[in-house]
Amino acid sequence: MSSTPDESDPPFRLSQLLYDTRYRSLTIQAITFGLFVALVVWLVHNTLQNLANAGSEVDFGFLFQTAGYEINQRLIDYTPEDTHFRAALVGLLNTLLVAVLGCVAATIIGTLVGILRLSKNWLIAQLMAAYVEIFRNVPVLLWIVFIMAVLTESLPTPNAFRGDDPAATMLLFDGVAVTNRGTYIPEPLFSNSLGNLHLFGSGSLRMDISLDLLALVAVLALSVFAAGKVALRAVKIQNATGTRPRTWPAMLVILVLPTAALLLLLGFHVDAPELRGFNFRDGIHMRTSLIALAMALGLYTSAFIAEIVRGGILAISHGQTEAAASLGLRPGKIMRLVILPQALRVIIPPLISEYLSLTKNTSLAIAVGYMDITGTLGGITMNQTGRALESILLLMLVYLVISLIISAVMNLFNARMKLVEH
Amino acid sequence: MKWTMALAAGLAVTATSGIAGKLDEVRERGELKCGVSTGVVGFSAPDANGVWQGFDVGMCRAVAAATLGDPMAVEFVPVTSKTRFTALESGEIDMLSRTTTWTYSRDSDLNVEFVGVNFYDGQGFIVKKALGVGSALELDGATICIKTGTTSELNLSDYFRSNGMSYDPVPVETDSEAHQQFLANACDSFSTDGSKLAAFRATTETPSDYILLPEVISKEPLGPAVLHGDQHWGDIVRWTFNALVAAEELGITADNVAEMAQGSDNPEVRRLLGTEGNLGEMNDLSATWAVDAISAGGNYGELFANTIGENSQIGIERNLNAQWKDGGLQYAPPFR
Repeated sequence: MSSTPDESDPPFRLSQLLYDTRYRSLTIQAITFGLFVALVVWLVHNTLQNLANAGSEVDFGFLFQTAGYEINQRLIDYTPEDTHFRAALVGLLNTLLVAVLGCVAATIIGTLVGILRLSKNWLIAQLMAAYVEIFRNVPVLLWIVFIMAVLTESLPTPNAFRGDDPAATMLLFDGVAVTNRGTYIPEPLFSNSLGNLHLFGSGSLRMDISLDLLALVAVLALSVFAAGKVALRAVKIQNATGTRPRTWPAMLVILVLPTAALLLLLGFHVDAPELRGFNFRDGIHMRTSLIALAMALGLYTSAFIAEIVRGGILAISHGQTEAAASLGLRPGKIMRLVILPQALRVIIPPLISEYLSLTKNTSLAIAVGYMDITGTLGGITMNQTGRALESILLLMLVYLVISLIISAVMNLFNARMKLVEH
Repeated sequence: MKWTMALAAGLAVTATSGIAGKLDEVRERGELKCGVSTGVVGFSAPDANGVWQGFDVGMCRAVAAATLGDPMAVEFVPVTSKTRFTALESGEIDMLSRTTTWTYSRDSDLNVEFVGVNFYDGQGFIVKKALGVGSALELDGATICIKTGTTSELNLSDYFRSNGMSYDPVPVETDSEAHQQFLANACDSFSTDGSKLAAFRATTETPSDYILLPEVISKEPLGPAVLHGDQHWGDIVRWTFNALVAAEELGITADNVAEMAQGSDNPEVRRLLGTEGNLGEMNDLSATWAVDAISAGGNYGELFANTIGENSQIGIERNLNAQWKDGGLQYAPPFR
């Protein structure tokens, strides 16, 4: 440009919006945006108008009517007298439960398989390759149905545990019963319980939180914090003197003693499941549908994660390993201090997508009768009230919010792991 | 923004004007769109040649015969229990004939009008004989398979609540899934409409290993439905069904209907079959509408016997579905 600083711009004229290239793109964008908004307004208005004409106005009042149906799997208390809103909440928690279980399983299995696939052992590498190809090339719905069918058909029924010479027996000192209706495990109980914390009154949002659990978490957190301090002090001494002091006795005392003391104080004991009537009672009941769903989603997604992990490790050039080795680092430390931190930067962004798709895939739960939010709000509630549009809109909103939260958290984690550039 | 609103209003108006006159719409199309189940043998399922057969299918064919004169001019649209009402509301189907229970809230809150009850059913329980249970009241704590999204689900919850018992529901999406879970002992009992349980029991390897518990815990009046708001179309479907019931009462069958139409001394038969009076004209139908409807699949009794009754593999007894003269509930208002 040849413009000189003392030359002042000519006053702005309206025609510049069309003829001046500096403003023209803005004009076009503004018009397009206006048209887009108009289109959206028109579509929404038209839909509402037509729905009103057809006699079915959008109305969310049904959420506060009595649900009237039973939900077998629930993390918070619920009875058929509760509202549809509460039923949706129970379903939401079930969705989150299976999503978390699935993500944890997928991450652990996926990482292992991904690393093992790079193994120099031919057999292991080929087995892992077969694992990845089998799981990622069959639709996840089929895996869910298949695993459910296998568990239902192959495991013993509760009836098989009956009699003097039962066909099936409980495992682990009569503590765990594996049946085709689910796995029953002992339930931790406290004889000197601190009771529950009642939150949000007695309405649809009510929630009881065990004070025992809160106390345990608080004590554990304090222990870990203290242990961190000890480790920090050890590092300081190591840096100053070159020798690391022995920390494990102190660590053991700090980590174990307070928790053990609290458990003793609360009167901790476990209540084993027991066969009474048609089914096992007491204990924690993990339904076959939950196990099948979490397993199928975990295994399926782990195949994708394995490939992501493998790709991440391969992305770090071999020179890095050689350089680290020439500095005298041992293979374990090379992996932990040199390769993995760099590989994670490659791994995390696609990992976010896998977590998101796993979470959204939980909506296939109805295939095995697991009552997630698609089963409650988008299934039974939608059917019993006939409010299809409202239910589906709410469902979309719920999944959108869950996904956005996962995205935000993982992006935050990604930002912390990212290479700091100057 | 004014033009947007004007456009929207214009579109809305065209949409409403399209609703009027389902009969004209069906005639113009030359085909009746009938919503049926995705496959319940006896009620609605395609046979080996891909032709839909069954009790509910017969209802669709009768309406097609009455309105279009051709019982085969039906396009069957399979709908699930989840999509059935939406399909009706959106105009995707002209009528719904799919073992749908007539309830207060469905009739009032949803945009649906039930035109009658073509099958009186009730919810029951099936258990394995080996379980040693003789009554539903002994099912406290049992695991029960239940189809999700049906009235059965609510009835079951009500029944256990009112008897102070608890149960463990296993929700399933389809009948076949329920059968598989029940046979694998993943649930102690399966609860749904008694007719379906009887049909299921008949298809098991050894039906004597299973018993239906004596308790019938609900009333399940199943019937065809149309969209609320077109009373004329509702009348046509309602009276086509009534014509089938009246035909059985008056002894008109698919075989003798042509002969009866030629000459009968009974004035009600003459009115129904169009030899006397103008009943068809009142509903914008041809004079022989009832003759066509009855020829399609026979009268109510014949349809019942051939699809779900004594002549079929399912073999459901008439019981409540017998004519009122025989102690049942099927009763057609007079044709006059």
